Amino acid sequence: MTEMMLPNLTPAYGEILMALGAMALLMLGVFRGNSSTRFISLISAALMIAALFITVNWQDTAVYTFGNMFVVDRFTSFMKILVLVASSLAVIMSIQYFKDEGEERFEYPILLLLATVGMMVMISANDLMSLYMGLELQSLSLYVLASIRRDSELSTEAGLKYFVLGALSSGILLFGSSLIYGFVGSTNFTVIGDTLAHANEHLGGHAPNIGVIVGMVFVLSGLAFKISAVPFHMWTPDVYQGAPTPVTAFFAVAPKVAALALLVRVLYVPFGELSHSWTQVIVFMSLASMVLGSVAAVVQTNIKRLMAYSSIGHIGFALVGLAAGNQEGVRGLMIYMAIYLVMNVGTFACILSMRRNNGMVEEISDLSGLVQTRPLMAVALGIFMLSLAGIPPMAGFWGKWYVFKAVIAKAVENPMATDYGLISLAVIGVVASVIGAYYYLNVVKIMFFNAPEEEFMPQKSFKMTAIMSFGAALMVLFLLPQVNAPILEYARMAAAALIS
Amino acid sequence: MEHFPILSIITFLPLLGVLFILLTKGENADRNARNAALWVTVFTFLASLILWFSFDKTTADFQFVERAPWLGDNINYHMGVDGISILFVMLTTFIMPIVILTGWDVIKVRVKEYLIAFLLLETLMIGVFCALDMVLFYLFFEGGLIPMFLIIGVWGGKNRIYAAYKLFLYTLLGSVLMLLAMLYMYFQTGTTDIPTLMQYNFDVNAQTWLFLAFFASFAVKMPMWPVHTWLPDAHVQAPTAGSVILAGILLKMGGYGFLRFSLPMFPHASVELAWLIYSLSVIAIIYTSLVALMQQDMKKLIAYSSVAHMGFVTLGIFAFNTQGIEGAIMVMLAHGFVASALFLCVGVIYDRLHTREIDRYGGLVNIMPKYALVFMFFTMASVGLPGTGNFVGEILVLIGLFKVSIWTTFFAAFGLILGAAYMLWLYRKVVFGELVKEDLKTMLDMDKREILIFAPLVLFTLWMGIHPSTFMDFMHVSVENLITHHQAAVSVVVDTVTP
Repeated sequence: MTEMMLPNLTPAYGEILMALGAMALLMLGVFRGNSSTRFISLISAALMIAALFITVNWQDTAVYTFGNMFVVDRFTSFMKILVLVASSLAVIMSIQYFKDEGEERFEYPILLLLATVGMMVMISANDLMSLYMGLELQSLSLYVLASIRRDSELSTEAGLKYFVLGALSSGILLFGSSLIYGFVGSTNFTVIGDTLAHANEHLGGHAPNIGVIVGMVFVLSGLAFKISAVPFHMWTPDVYQGAPTPVTAFFAVAPKVAALALLVRVLYVPFGELSHSWTQVIVFMSLASMVLGSVAAVVQTNIKRLMAYSSIGHIGFALVGLAAGNQEGVRGLMIYMAIYLVMNVGTFACILSMRRNNGMVEEISDLSGLVQTRPLMAVALGIFMLSLAGIPPMAGFWGKWYVFKAVIAKAVENPMATDYGLISLAVIGVVASVIGAYYYLNVVKIMFFNAPEEEFMPQKSFKMTAIMSFGAALMVLFLLPQVNAPILEYARMAAAALIS
Repeated sequence: MEHFPILSIITFLPLLGVLFILLTKGENADRNARNAALWVTVFTFLASLILWFSFDKTTADFQFVERAPWLGDNINYHMGVDGISILFVMLTTFIMPIVILTGWDVIKVRVKEYLIAFLLLETLMIGVFCALDMVLFYLFFEGGLIPMFLIIGVWGGKNRIYAAYKLFLYTLLGSVLMLLAMLYMYFQTGTTDIPTLMQYNFDVNAQTWLFLAFFASFAVKMPMWPVHTWLPDAHVQAPTAGSVILAGILLKMGGYGFLRFSLPMFPHASVELAWLIYSLSVIAIIYTSLVALMQQDMKKLIAYSSVAHMGFVTLGIFAFNTQGIEGAIMVMLAHGFVASALFLCVGVIYDRLHTREIDRYGGLVNIMPKYALVFMFFTMASVGLPGTGNFVGEILVLIGLFKVSIWTTFFAAFGLILGAAYMLWLYRKVVFGELVKEDLKTMLDMDKREILIFAPLVLFTLWMGIHPSTFMDFMHVSVENLITHHQAAVSVVVDTVTP
């Protein structure tokens, strides 16, 4: 009846602002050239911060728009805050790096901005179509970002590898989507969820059509690739190592938060009815990621590769919350990702400060005796490492505490049928965290126990030092109720918005 | 209840010292940092004396309680001490100034970091004994690993990195299992409050698993055979002050954990699994004593003797009667003084000759009479000479144990003989004999600083031996309460199982 009427744009103002901003900046870049990179970077970061204030919506009810393809609620707000904070910090951290390398390209912040728009669409997706749109906008920008140093063999290799495997995973995801559409008759999450619930009710607990389950598993695999969960993790170490360090810093956090948010929504909204099917898959991925992330990292000598395996392990821990399959678990996952963000951004701020006269260094042994040459950086990195290892009283411990709390609660919910699968998940998880502690401690050991090596060049950018020290302080101060209460409380509200 | 937050002040006062040390700069930075650390630890001790004198010995309730909302979900910042924990708090604040003095002239590199690590450790250790919330307890319990890792790793001996890792990973592995058990308990009861959990009756089957999970952590910390192997390594590699903290305070956390968690919260499982504790403890006492007899390294010998002494502690705790538990606490306190002192004795000659090998010494009595006297005193105390604290503790443990199991008592007592054997052998080899080795002849006797360190330790060891009721009065009501509660819980379970 009202064909000409525009859909309600209010919920998407943040995305629209960033998309328009990206195009305007692109024009500016084309006319002004690479010399304006710094300016464009700062504006991009400012746009992200502005979008952050626009998107946040703590209203009780969800708002749908674009024919129910796009949703905004507390859950999306929480995840978008994380993504925007991570992305804007990634932009800020990259400015000095590219300047020092003499590689300033104005496309970099713009691509990052576009990738962030993609992530926000992913988080808000309520339809297999908008899911794919957001995912591809994000992925295509990321492929280019990974290979932004055209003259570097490693960077090009990283980009190509990421592209080939990423395209494959997108294909798998699309195939899964088409199966789901074929068997359910809709691409909308809410409709799929209702249909499955309805079928469940009327078929009297019969297993749903195998086609739906196959489709769901395909979609799950496609998303697992994006969060680099085992067994879809192969690209991670190479891409992390090959990509320029600021890009790696970006890869490590924002895309993972976005893909995890999407994964959570896909599993709970359309496929909430099939939780007994997907729980097994998640439990396996979680276990495998935790174990591989811990064991394979032990032999790494390159700190970026180490962080790659570390991120695989951390995704495994975050998935523990998802495996719990309850509201508490989703809350744990969100708290985990919030803490993971600070730890990783902080760690990469330290890695970006590892510069000698002949350029960046990235071997762990280069950190030797850092405490004597750069005490502040050594203490900060030490705190991040201990936090990543999950040693109390650092914040990383609390992340683990909340996901394991959810899984234990789920495992023993029913005294008659203790779920030993989930209990073993918890036990193997904590044992993996002890193995993981070994390599994080190794970094601490090298910094604190070994004899100092040649000093790093002084950090020119004040921002980097600020990010480092602020992040480290947050890791310790998470103990204080003033610091942790907002995160815990908002995560609770956000999880409640998704799962009633 | 609003009152002066004395426990928080004692716990976090050392952090103030950290701040001072961070502010020291310039030429005299190291000296100023040392002074700051010493003063702060002394003040902490003086502050803890307020606890000592205003503690009400007639009640088993927790005192000086502080409570504040912390993480939501019924997890609170909850501190308080009872008759058992106050003794450990006092032990910690008392040992700390001695520890700072120990490293006074010896530590020359990175002095500020060294002192900061010790002050952080003090905060965390006091916190362990004051925490009345499981999460808070775990935080302090695990957090202590970080400074200890650094102390051993930075200022330790040749093989320090291996030892630091071993300490860290062993303890962490034990503790994460305890963490899972805590999560389970939290889910079952909806609270992490220790006094509330002490009143809760867990399901009998669940108790066994929970007990084993906590046991994994405390047994490593204690340490019990066969997970004791980290201790000799850590002791040998740690600087003297590190060894003193390790033997004096950190080892007590395991025993304290048994008393605070295992016995009151899992009464049934602790009775069911007492055989396991008995066997492991008896093996520990006999086996580690025999191993101690074969040691060439003084610190290793004392480390193994610590494992044997801790065997007495676990035996006493799991005798489930007043004598046993009070004896166990006395052994822990006395061991805190005596083992610390023995490591200091090793430290004194190590600082002069830079070796801990027993064969390199001999005949020290000729040139170091004061040292010989002090070393003799603590050797005798370690053997359990009447008049010292160890004697009181050990005899009480044996009496308590005798009521429960005669054979266990027999083996434990046999361990005492072995203990006398290796300690006297050590003393004879190091102090007596002819002074033939050239490099020993120039060694100086103890200086004033060293005498100052030993004097309070001698005093307290004697005090505990001659007038133990000063200390026993504190714990008596709490221990009685623990046992009454324990027996009630066990009998309830027995009634329901056999109707």
